[in-house]
Amino acid sequence: MTSDPNGPAKGQIQPRTDDFRRIAFADGMRAGIGPGAATFVLGLAYGAAASIAGWGVVTPLVFSMLSFSSSAQFTLLTTLSAGGAVAAVIAAVLINARYVIMSVALNDSLYGGRWRRALQAQALADASFVVAHRGGGRFDVARLIGATVPQWLGWVTGTAVGLLIAPSAQLMHALGADVTFPAFFLILALDEMRKSRRAMLAALLGASIAGGLLFFVSPGDALLGATAAAVIGAIHGRTLPPTVGADS
Amino acid sequence: MTLWLPVLAVTISTWALKASGPLAVGGRQLPAAAMKVSALMAPVLLAGLIVVDLGGADWKDLNWQQVVGVVVAGLARTAKAPMLLAILCGIATTAVLRLLLN
Repeated sequence: MTSDPNGPAKGQIQPRTDDFRRIAFADGMRAGIGPGAATFVLGLAYGAAASIAGWGVVTPLVFSMLSFSSSAQFTLLTTLSAGGAVAAVIAAVLINARYVIMSVALNDSLYGGRWRRALQAQALADASFVVAHRGGGRFDVARLIGATVPQWLGWVTGTAVGLLIAPSAQLMHALGADVTFPAFFLILALDEMRKSRRAMLAALLGASIAGGLLFFVSPGDALLGATAAAVIGAIHGRTLPPTVGADS
Repeated sequence: MTLWLPVLAVTISTWALKASGPLAVGGRQLPAAAMKVSALMAPVLLAGLIVVDLGGADWKDLNWQQVVGVVVAGLARTAKAPMLLAILCGIATTAVLRLLLN
């Protein structure tokens, strides 16, 4: 849907900003169904693992509802069992450090005052960040929030089902549940890489950096290190082949 | 209570990290160079997440059946399969491999 820059013709109703936001929100919700289904499976694995770790029902469920961060929640669950609480919290925070970069990148596309923007940024999730990306570093906030809704529902209901039926880790492994998230990330990455040659090269460089760093640092730090590829890609952008999509 | 404290700490830190952009940068526009970096951030983070998820710490979690499943999902998507169907293809491939080989 586009608007006429000269204003509405006679008898034509000019769509309001709210209408565009509603359309983008619904569009985002549709785009979030696939990631939401994947998140449900992961939430199920998380709920099962929390049940096995003796966390009870209320704490992991409230944690999923409020935190909505699979990587940090899994990190806390596994490291709390292995070590002290402080180390576990630090590890969980470090693995979420990517949100700082994503939040700064998103900031220009948010609207309203500082606190209203901060509230909108709570909808940040890995898949939503990609779904909302319009190219050129611009994001559609309504689409971001819409895409997060099915993922939040998937994560919370998955956690609840996992806590209730508590399937064993062996069963989840046998069923191939560990494929869910990397497959889902790969699909999103393929969609992003189709946008431009530069994005493809930056993604390959990011994967190489993360792969190399995994030998020396924790997975959270390796992921943070991979973001250097975006800086390198931006610096060397002029020397790369011309883009084929919107991301130029 | 001992469990609630780390849970609350992680929850509040997650909120703070997500809000850090608006709270730190506010209404100021990012410079053009930063916009270029942020345009590449999504594909880079996704590629990093795939590697980190598959490899785990020191590459000790690498499992070839999982990798095959992920590749099948990617191929299915390249062949225009919807996202959910592509993921299910990958999961089914890994499940069948493990059923046959274990």
